Amino acid sequence: MRVLGISAYYHDAAACLVVDGDIVAAAQEERFTRKKHDAGFPQHAIDYCLAHAGLKPQDIDQVVFYDKPFLKFERLLETYLAFAPRGFRSFATSLPVWLKDKLFQKSVITRALEGQFPDSGVDWSTRLMFSEHHLSHAASAFFPSPFEEAAVLTMDGVGEWTTTSLAIGRGNDLSVHKEIHFPHSLGLLYSAITYYTGFKVNSGEYKVMGLAPYGEPRYAQTMLDHLIDVKEDGSFWLDMQYFNYCTGLTMTNERFDALFGGPPRKPESTLTQREMDLAASVQAVTEEVVIRLARGIRKSTGLNNLCLAGGVALNCVANGKLLRANVFDRIWVQPAAGDAGGAVGAALAATHLALKQPRTVRAGDGMHGSYLGPSYAQDDIELRLKAAGAVFDTLSQDDMIDCTARALAEGKAVGWHQGRMEFGPRALGGRSIIADPRSPSVQKQLNLKVKYRESFRPFAPSVLREDVSEWFDIDTDSPYMLMVADVAKAKQKPMTAEQQALFGIDKLNVPRSDIPAVTHVDYSARIQTVHADTNPLYHRLISRFKALTGCPVLVNTSFNVRGEPIVSTPEDAFRCLMGSEIDLLVVGNCVLEKSRQDPALKLDYKNAYELD
Amino acid sequence: MNAFIKELWAFLRTRKKLWLMPVIIIMVAIGALLIAAQGSVIAPFIYTLF
Repeated sequence: MRVLGISAYYHDAAACLVVDGDIVAAAQEERFTRKKHDAGFPQHAIDYCLAHAGLKPQDIDQVVFYDKPFLKFERLLETYLAFAPRGFRSFATSLPVWLKDKLFQKSVITRALEGQFPDSGVDWSTRLMFSEHHLSHAASAFFPSPFEEAAVLTMDGVGEWTTTSLAIGRGNDLSVHKEIHFPHSLGLLYSAITYYTGFKVNSGEYKVMGLAPYGEPRYAQTMLDHLIDVKEDGSFWLDMQYFNYCTGLTMTNERFDALFGGPPRKPESTLTQREMDLAASVQAVTEEVVIRLARGIRKSTGLNNLCLAGGVALNCVANGKLLRANVFDRIWVQPAAGDAGGAVGAALAATHLALKQPRTVRAGDGMHGSYLGPSYAQDDIELRLKAAGAVFDTLSQDDMIDCTARALAEGKAVGWHQGRMEFGPRALGGRSIIADPRSPSVQKQLNLKVKYRESFRPFAPSVLREDVSEWFDIDTDSPYMLMVADVAKAKQKPMTAEQQALFGIDKLNVPRSDIPAVTHVDYSARIQTVHADTNPLYHRLISRFKALTGCPVLVNTSFNVRGEPIVSTPEDAFRCLMGSEIDLLVVGNCVLEKSRQDPALKLDYKNAYELD
Repeated sequence: MNAFIKELWAFLRTRKKLWLMPVIIIMVAIGALLIAAQGSVIAPFIYTLF
């Protein structure tokens, strides 16, 4: 059975191809169109999935969309009715969109597929199915997980009605047992603080998470007293008098401003201690809710394993706390936990639940390291780079690895474009910018000269799986950078009171450990364990770096600049090299030194993309 | 359009939300007016709420 999952029309459009229960290919549309969070119909991603599997459009047995538009419309109507006459402006803005387009999604998708494959002769409407949003998330978390049986917790902003759900998966079966409905949403509470602290909703949440360690959770009790009522089992209720998202076009209202002593911060204005404390507070509340939910689930289901998905599951700090709370024996988080991953879940839900296909539980997991995107053969890379005007040397693989490891040890920032592109928001050593974590200057260099992003933001380490417990306070797999743990005590360097009082880049610049570039101000790190079986080349590179320096850790950040989608093709990588201060680019076995490139090909990348 | 109305009707019956039908008809009418008045439509910017 060949099932194509599609996520689109809200944000992060994506496509995923599942063949006989195996996830064969998946990609986000933004990587092809170069438009961040592209929500359009994922035609390029679909083309890629079919090409990768060598399939014709007519070979697809089912197409599955990741949520149900009628259910969403029902929620929309009932919400407006509940609040009427308030919210007319919001209603007047959104209703035409629905009546013109979104309500007719079945015919919109059918037409899009007919337009994409005019000669296929397929009546797509007969092959089209719809999965519920949170069922898609739950399926994306359970079916690829390494568990025969598990509880599944999904949390996000909102799907159709559901914002939080508990599902139970056994073998090839999965059923939803409990739900929390809109407008009560942990994701939307986090988004409200994201909005209030001056970041973009739906993309700035991870900045709030990165900002949290600079602050104290001094507003956490206020949030618990006024904004969210959390029960013992983790279920919760938001006091809607402080929020505006049901009726307005903002997340919070004047009452919210009064509670926290002022209006929202203006985007890109100076960050103050208040924003940091708000970030720390919402992070603390989120962790409390997630851990309580997990305890409640453990108690009510008695199951030993937990799977997580939904946007809130990308909160790797909360995931790390949950792991250390030892509520469950094992936890597995879907790497594409956001809506893009809904494409994976929709395809898997149809495969196992509607089409009753058997499920194979794979050792490790069924995500293939999340390396599900396009790759390029060596001769193709050379042709593409030549056509782009690049100057490069083609080395043997051993020499390429040695050359890259030496450049890293010399403190160079390296663009690393190898093998299949990652699916999901993290770069995992397929499309990464990598650097030496031992250097105190690397963080500043990467933030300000390479990534052009806010100075307070930390970087994540890639570490050999076999060395992780020596360098970090964790000894489990974290292949998808979804677990945060402290740098090992033996590698930490204590800060003086004077250093503690510093802020932002100044505080980040204090060498707090043997690997300062990946140590956040609270000594935490967002860890990626690198495994020889899922990414052998990256594993070899880090091993070579370790042989040269004694350090089995690299800085790993996504291969893009602020606001740009992660690079996909060798040409994207070359453009990013020419538009930023990356020193060296390695694509396949081709090595490109920035200093040897034609200066006429330099690009202004600093202002090329809308800020995220 | 017929297939769409049939599907919507089946959906409302299954969900036991037939009481929404008059609301939908009124909203479609208002929405049609809004579309006619606006010319183009712009989606609200926040999240996936709408």
